[in-house]
Parts: sequence; C-alpha cells; structure tokens
Amino acid sequence: MTPSGSLLHAGGLYKAYGATPALDGAEFSIHPGEVVAVLGPSGSGKSTLLHCLAGIIQPDRGTVRYGDHDLTAMTDAERSALRRGDFGFVFQFGQLVPELTCLENVALPMRLAGTARKAAEAHAREWLERLEVDPVAGRRPGEVSGGQGQRVAVARALATRPRVIFADEPTGALDSLNGERVMGLLTEAARATRAAVVLVTHETRVAAYSDREVVVRDGKVREAVTTG
Amino acid sequence: MSIGHTLLGLLESGPRHGYDLKRAFDEHFGHDRPLHYGQVYSTMSRLLKNGLVEVDGVEAGAGPERKRYAITDAGVTDVGQWLSRPEKPEPYLQSTLYTKVVLALMTGRDAAELLDTQRAEHLRLMRGLTERKRQGDLADQLICDHALFHLEADLRWLELTAARLDGLAQTVHG
Repeated sequence: MTPSGSLLHAGGLYKAYGATPALDGAEFSIHPGEVVAVLGPSGSGKSTLLHCLAGIIQPDRGTVRYGDHDLTAMTDAERSALRRGDFGFVFQFGQLVPELTCLENVALPMRLAGTARKAAEAHAREWLERLEVDPVAGRRPGEVSGGQGQRVAVARALATRPRVIFADEPTGALDSLNGERVMGLLTEAARATRAAVVLVTHETRVAAYSDREVVVRDGKVREAVTTG
Repeated sequence: MSIGHTLLGLLESGPRHGYDLKRAFDEHFGHDRPLHYGQVYSTMSRLLKNGLVEVDGVEAGAGPERKRYAITDAGVTDVGQWLSRPEKPEPYLQSTLYTKVVLALMTGRDAAELLDTQRAEHLRLMRGLTERKRQGDLADQLICDHALFHLEADLRWLELTAARLDGLAQTVHG
C-alpha cells in the first residue's frame, strides 16, 4: 500500500545513466485529485523521475508504489497494461498518430483496451467537445494548429478516465495564450475527475496551475518551503 | 502608479465628486489596494492648486460640502503627456534578493534554500493570481497577466542565480 492515503509514492529512487546519477535518493508522493508541479533546472532529473513514476523506465534502486501495486516488481507487460488502464500521458509535442484523424487518435487508447469503435468514438467526441476542439475531429494532426493538437492530446490522455496523468512540458511548444488554455482545461478536467497530475515544467506560470510544487536538484526531490 | 494622473484621466469623461472618483478608481485599478478618501481629497487639492482641475459645483447638505471637480485644458494636456511617456523600467525585487543571496553566501548560510523559499513565495502569489484569472473577466485576466509576467521575470532571474551560485560563492569569498 502507498503511505498516508497517497495514490502514487516513490521512495529512495536511484537511476544512473553511465556513471552519472539522474536520481539519487528521490522521494515523491501524490494524492488523488492533486496537481503537483515538478520543477528544476535542465538535466536535474525531472523527466527521469516522471518516467520512473509512470513505469516507463525502471529505477536501479528504490520502489514506486501505485495503490496495491509495486511497479518496480512488475513485468514489462504488467506495467504496460497498468499504463494503458490507469495512466494518461501528455508530452511537449502531442505525439498524435499522424495517419489517424483527431477523433481516431482520442479513441485509440479505448480501442486498444477493447472498446468497440462506435462507443469509443462517441466517447472520444465528448472529450473533444470538452476540450473545445470538436470542430477538428475529422482532421489529421498535421492539419490542425499546435494549440489544437495539444488539446487533442489532452483529450486522448483524459478520455480513458486515468487516475494519474503524467504531463511532461505540456505547453513547451505553445505560445502563452494557447499554453494557458491547455493548462486551464487540463487541470479543470483532471480536478473534475479526481485524477492526479504529475506536471513536469520549467515554466513557472504553468506551475502556478498546480496545488503544490517540488524541485528536483542533484537527483533529489525537495518539497517547497512554505512560509504560510 | 501616479494617483494624480489616474484621477485626472477618470475626470476626462466628465465632472465627478470626490466620492465618485474614489469608487471609479477602486473599480478599475484598486483591486488589491483601494484608495483612501484622504488620498483622494489631498490629491484633488494638489491638482486644484496646480490648475489641472477646477471646482465645477458645490452641493450643500447635512454633512460637509461636496465639491464636484472638472478637468481643465491644462489637466487634459498633462494626462496626455503622462500617457505618452514611457515608464522607467524598475529593478523590482532583484536588488533586495541579490543582497540577501550575497549575504547568505558571505555568512555561510544556505543561499539555495533562500532562493527555494523565495520561489515558493512567488508561486504562492502566482497561484492566487491564476485562480483570480480563472474566475474573472477579461479586465481581471489582463491585470493578473501583467503581475504574473513580472513575477515570472523575478523567477527567471532566481533560477539563473541558483544555477550560478557556485561561481557567485567563489567571487564573494574572493
């Protein structure tokens, strides 16, 4: 079990690339419905932390617990299944499948989980409406603006009702106005569904959409010092 | 912010009583810091003395007399000049923070922690502004954006300073 009601908890994470440790005793916890910003300079280990928490890479030492699961003790196939069912992802560049329409992109995770096409696409359309991009449902990613594409990616991440959303620089490729729109819609939708959001960003205005922040430095996670 | 010029600008649309001026000021510009009545009346006295406003009428009542002010031609010119003059970019917090960081390094305290604490304080304020933007109208959004961009500039300086602490420590310790 995770400690004290947290949904996801990592303890003593150590991960090195060659001789250089990216994480060196990192600790992290997040509760349901909480948005936590992960800040830190380039190369501090922010993305490595996110990838370890999401089970995308295995730490060399330490544990990642999600509910009753110990991600570090699971097989690759088990972690993949968990990611498909319980986790959602938004990256800097939406990583939409270019050959599929926006609607098909949002429906894709549901189709992979076995949902029938009609039901998956109806649900996908609801999320496109919620993210205010339903007018581009029939277009391919190459035919929409960066801001629209990123909102489609957010719709795809949220459509499966994940319990944890991992967002790695989700506004990094957008201008201020589109970035704020994406963050507003992402955090609003996540809070409405009680999903936790791990938000890696170097932009403090983006971090201001979080409930709290942690700073990764020298491979360790520091909680914010609050002065009340 | 120049309160005098702001009150003059508010008078350009027509004469107002001191009370109306305060209300208009608070509605448009005083979200965080409403104007005191005393400030309004002392400012209007100064503007009157400088010929930038004139008394347009006086209402006698049970309480003190209520003067209605109107902007003069000289006042309109003054507002125009103020609006067309760029503001001097201010160093905001950097000088104070720089002093604190250097003093922390000089006295062997944890300068990185000082910067972390300041970041948390900035972010606390930015969260409040972000929430106000989310719930507010376009005017709220624009006012909050201005504050957010300035706070963000402080934080960018802070991150850069954090990245340069080792070098700064060497310089400080000679």
